[in-house]
Amino acid sequence: MAAPTQEAVEEKVIDAIANLGPDRSEITRDASFESLDVDSLDLVEMTQVVDEEFGVQIKGEDAQQLKTVGDAIDFIMARAE
Amino acid sequence: MAADPDESADAATADEEAPAREGAALITGASRGIGAAIATRLAADGWPVGVNFRSDSEGAEQVVASIEEAGGRAIALQGDVADPEAAEPLFSALEEAFGPVMVLVNNAGVRADGLVPQIQDEQWDQVIDTNLSAVFRITRRALNPMMRARFGRIVNIASIVGLQANPGQANYAASKAGVIGMTKTVAAEVARRGVTVNAVAPGLVETELTEDMAAEMVKSVPARRAGTPEDVAACVGFLASEEAGYVTGATLTVDGGLSA
Repeated sequence: MAAPTQEAVEEKVIDAIANLGPDRSEITRDASFESLDVDSLDLVEMTQVVDEEFGVQIKGEDAQQLKTVGDAIDFIMARAE
Repeated sequence: MAADPDESADAATADEEAPAREGAALITGASRGIGAAIATRLAADGWPVGVNFRSDSEGAEQVVASIEEAGGRAIALQGDVADPEAAEPLFSALEEAFGPVMVLVNNAGVRADGLVPQIQDEQWDQVIDTNLSAVFRITRRALNPMMRARFGRIVNIASIVGLQANPGQANYAASKAGVIGMTKTVAAEVARRGVTVNAVAPGLVETELTEDMAAEMVKSVPARRAGTPEDVAACVGFLASEEAGYVTGATLTVDGGLSA
């Protein structure tokens, strides 16, 4: 699998989060999952999309470290290379 | 409206018989007994069903044939749920045939009775593997598509032996109590996704699995009869229905009053 571009990862992560309910305009890099009302089960769902799309698995302990949308994007970028 | 006649015929059939949902129902251990009755019931309720069996292919084919005769859709799916690799091929085959699994009934179960000093490690492991660990693995595989669909019905067949003592069945009791505990926690985890998870706890039901126990036990059943597989299937049919959407984490006893 070719390394995805930053734009592709951002777009997919934001899409995945938007599908979970939050308003798209609120989903910025600095937005915390807590403020977006994205809970741990939502994150599990998001990590499945990320795995299917980029082949990056986010395990339970890693997911706990992801506090903001930017954290998730950076994590995926780092692992996808 | 110049509708294609074939299409309008299909639509009419779908309106009358099919549930409002796309997808399929998977019933483990459905070649006979309670599982066969559940498969038949869910097919009658409009679900295309996967009839899982381990070794009784003839029984499973009979269940499929009788469902098809009644106008339903079914396929037989071989797979030993105790095998840790069993879940994926079962789900893939059913998804390919009928679409995502929206109803899962974990019914497959075994007994290996004995008083505790007599129960060998293998008898313990075998019962826990099939009755409890397999339910976990199959449920885990089922949840993702259900959560994404914001709909799902999981019904675990437990037993009143998971709720009250039955000497000679420590392994079976542990597995069924485990299923009840898991049912509650999984229910709480996925409730916000429209997925319900419930258990049905039959008492004495006349099947091959219980034929050695029936006569003696009937005396202690307030209803003075053994249950039928259809008695259990009716409860599963309700819990799998659209209208049972607010029932989750529950254990429904179906025992003629035995545990009352």
